Amino acid sequence: MKNSKTHKIRWSLIIFITPVLLWLFLLIVFPQLELLKMSFFGTGLPGKANFTFANYAAFFTEPIYWLTFVRTALYSITVTLLVLAISLPLTFYITKIAKIQTQGFLTVVVLIPFWISELIQVYGWMILLRESGILNKFLLSLGIFKQPHELLYNNVTMLMGLVYISMLFMIVPLIGVMQSLDDSLIEAAYDLGAKKITIWKKIIIPYVTPGIMSGSILVFMLVLGSYLTPKLMGGKNALWFTEQIYNSMIIYFNWNQGAAFGFLLLLLSSLIIFVALKITRQDFRKVIK
Amino acid sequence: MQIALSVKNLTKKFGDFTAVNNISFDVEDGKFFSILGPSGCGKTTLLRMIAGFHKPTSGIIELRGKNVIEVEPNKRPVNLVFQNLALFPMMNVFENIAFGLRRRNEKGQVVTSKVSEMLERVGLPGYEKKEINQLSGGQKQRVAIARALVLKPTVLLLDEPLGALDAKLREHMKVELKKLQAQVGTTFVYITHDQSEAMVMSDHVAVMNSGHFEQLDTPQNLYNSPASSFVAQFVGNNNKFIVGLQKDESGNFYATTPEGGKFLLAEPFDIESDTTFEMYVRPEAMIINPDIDDKTINVLKADVKALLFDGGNSRLLVVPENSDMELIVALPQNHQFDYIKAKDKIRVGWHPKSAVCFKRSEEKIYEEF
Amino acid sequence: MIRTLPNSTSYKAAYKLFIVLFFIFLFSPIIVTMVLAFNNSMYPSLPWQGFTWKWFFGKGPDKIGIFHDAANLRSIYSSIHVAITVTILSTIVGTMASFLFEHEDFKFKGTLYFLMLAPLVIPGVILGISILLFANAVGTFFQNVLGIDLQFLGPGYWLVVFGQFSFITTVVTMTVSARLKKFDRTLEDAAYNLGANKFQVIWFITLKYLRPSIAGGAAIAFLMSFQNFNTTLFLVGSNATLPIKLFTQVRDGSTPVINAIAFILILVSSIIAVTTLFTGKKSE
Ligand SMILES: Nc1ncnc2c1ncn2[C@@H]1O[C@H](COP(=O)(O)OP(=O)(O)OP(=O)(O)O)[C@@H](O)[C@H]1O
Ligand SMILES: [Mg+2]
Repeated sequence: MKNSKTHKIRWSLIIFITPVLLWLFLLIVFPQLELLKMSFFGTGLPGKANFTFANYAAFFTEPIYWLTFVRTALYSITVTLLVLAISLPLTFYITKIAKIQTQGFLTVVVLIPFWISELIQVYGWMILLRESGILNKFLLSLGIFKQPHELLYNNVTMLMGLVYISMLFMIVPLIGVMQSLDDSLIEAAYDLGAKKITIWKKIIIPYVTPGIMSGSILVFMLVLGSYLTPKLMGGKNALWFTEQIYNSMIIYFNWNQGAAFGFLLLLLSSLIIFVALKITRQDFRKVIK
Repeated sequence: MQIALSVKNLTKKFGDFTAVNNISFDVEDGKFFSILGPSGCGKTTLLRMIAGFHKPTSGIIELRGKNVIEVEPNKRPVNLVFQNLALFPMMNVFENIAFGLRRRNEKGQVVTSKVSEMLERVGLPGYEKKEINQLSGGQKQRVAIARALVLKPTVLLLDEPLGALDAKLREHMKVELKKLQAQVGTTFVYITHDQSEAMVMSDHVAVMNSGHFEQLDTPQNLYNSPASSFVAQFVGNNNKFIVGLQKDESGNFYATTPEGGKFLLAEPFDIESDTTFEMYVRPEAMIINPDIDDKTINVLKADVKALLFDGGNSRLLVVPENSDMELIVALPQNHQFDYIKAKDKIRVGWHPKSAVCFKRSEEKIYEEF
Repeated sequence: MIRTLPNSTSYKAAYKLFIVLFFIFLFSPIIVTMVLAFNNSMYPSLPWQGFTWKWFFGKGPDKIGIFHDAANLRSIYSSIHVAITVTILSTIVGTMASFLFEHEDFKFKGTLYFLMLAPLVIPGVILGISILLFANAVGTFFQNVLGIDLQFLGPGYWLVVFGQFSFITTVVTMTVSARLKKFDRTLEDAAYNLGANKFQVIWFITLKYLRPSIAGGAAIAFLMSFQNFNTTLFLVGSNATLPIKLFTQVRDGSTPVINAIAFILILVSSIIAVTTLFTGKKSE
């Protein structure tokens, strides 16, 4: 039975809610509103600036802007799907196939890179893949390469890098739900004559969907908002949308344009998450737990 | 005898729902008092009001004559053994028991000796250093009780403390608890939905039903003369007959069944026309194949539907002739009735004194027998 | 299919291969980075020119190790400085937030909870720029209307702290909430019944129960703050934090001193990771 409400001290509510409100309003809500507001003003001195749609108009009339935007979105979705394709069998192996004794070890080991910063992960790939990098040296010595190739700075490498940095955000929630999936469900299905593919389709996937969704949302957000990896591993002329924002804000010092871009990115991410949740009929609050 | 706990016209409403409805009772010092009722009847609510976790909608709670309604729960001289025990898992046995003493600013040697003395009392000497998760269910039970008893409360409240134990251990703990109470002399107010627990341990039992007390009496009286049809069904097992009442010219009262049965009753009744009654006869009051010549016994003929063997608790399931009701008849295991088999025809009888009658009520209690 | 069911050898072998490849993929960049921190070469690459500690302790002139690299040390110091503040603030507020969402009832709780989760789905870059814009607007307001110059609202230490705090607190909240959800509230009633006052109940019972998750939350907060790049990028002033400082060095190429820094970071992160993972497991 729950605690009696009559004996609940209301000052505890006040103590707990005050810092939370300050945090959420001063650092999340108001800044986002400011972002929205700024995006509708032209450059000019503060107070003198006037209301305009120019920042958004620029986005739709400059192909470079919206092409980058579309490219970023499509790549993020691709990365999310790739990550899912790797993580499903992997987490299944760790939780259901690996020996009980190795299972705990694998879980810990697989999570270690999760704590290492993106910059260092990317740096590792750079010294592996660049023209003077380890892989080149290795392949040259094997005679597979006749001369060094630049393996960095192309879309495939960038995709791989993004998969690498975001993968663990899928693995963590998936391990969680896979562990809670009762083995006897699979055994029962097997006993009733189901094939592997049927077991995956009818038992495993439906059961782990909440984990897939939370993982996908985290991965998607991380990739969409990534700056380091596309910048350091991607091709020189293929921009990521966050770079676009950085350029507007910091290089051209056009905060209003940057705000408009930022708001569009926020809109895009919310939209895609919303659609994904609707399609799979999941509840946001349950998915992000 | 001093009154340890006195509750007067206590009512608790949750919105429109009345969980506890105008309850009054007194508990004398040193008694074992039980509140027995089905799940959801308001037992925990009543107990939490006494402990101070719920504020009553109206009514008075007195401890040794002092009204404690306005006293905060941490200042009341009552302690509670929780339904789920609520032992602190992050502390060991010693720290759990010392917790309350420490809050009273007792220190050092005093605390240590009080704790070890208490552990001895509950039969766990030397268990101070054990962690909670190393204890068995019954040991946890005792630690929870020790933790509350060490504070020497005026009244110890226990909320179904045996609920989580398995049947065997529950049987054992019943006796232990009764002995412990007799030994320490603290007043116990004990909540349970298990009538056997209440009967075995208590000096007095209050039978509670949807927020009010149906009867407050000694276990013997509850069993022998239930005050309502609810008590008759809830305390012990009973066979229920739907009957009409008749009075003959010599002043005897009879219960009549739709099948044409006519059974003598021991007590007079207020007969109103067109009222149906419920008559209860306990399985253990039933006599199998009674002496044909004994005219004082009510008899009916019945078919044996099944033999429910359960050791000392074995019963017959019988169906009276021309009827589709089922009766339970206790089957003593003294070889006297070994000849009875399923599908046999037998006679079943009972003394008029063994039957009780109440006006029919529509109330249903959950089937727990 | 699973370990209790019969599996064909080819199925098992295919799976083994997949797992081995995966772990190679997962660890090769990390291991390569760590190993090259000890290469006695001016470039973080092969060939191997012998083992050296110089990238840690070298005094120069050619090989300056991290412990004598003033610029990088300064940025490490900045990062630690920021991370400590962020950890303390976000742990306190995050713990309070989990009490709020798990133990209190109030109007608009659902909405507020939703808002609390929002930082998880707002890209860090956007958190950064929006806080920059808002701080600037507030600063301008104070300057123009009240004539007060609030230094801390310009890019720099406090903005970085605010920016990181804004989303790290969500992570702490969720870490602590996960444990608080499992907390049996009758324990609080029991303590109260045994004579503890409300403050003692929270201190001796609830917070004690939450300790592993609060420690875990703080460790995660520290690491996230220390390694944050996206949000910090827009808020940082003249005192670059380590990731910001390393970024240009990584982009333009540098000596293996980066490997030495990476080595230390990887080691520290792994130690923190393993401890929190294990203490987390044990306290369940
Ligand atoms: N805080 C509350 N708000 C609303 N209704 C409540 C509250 N607490 C209890 N009730 C209701 O009051 C009734 C009595 O509850 P109570 O917990 O006292 O039952 P109980 O007799 O202890 O049952 P059990 O044997 O299952 O523990 C129940 O119907 C319950 O739903
Ligand atoms: Mg109860």
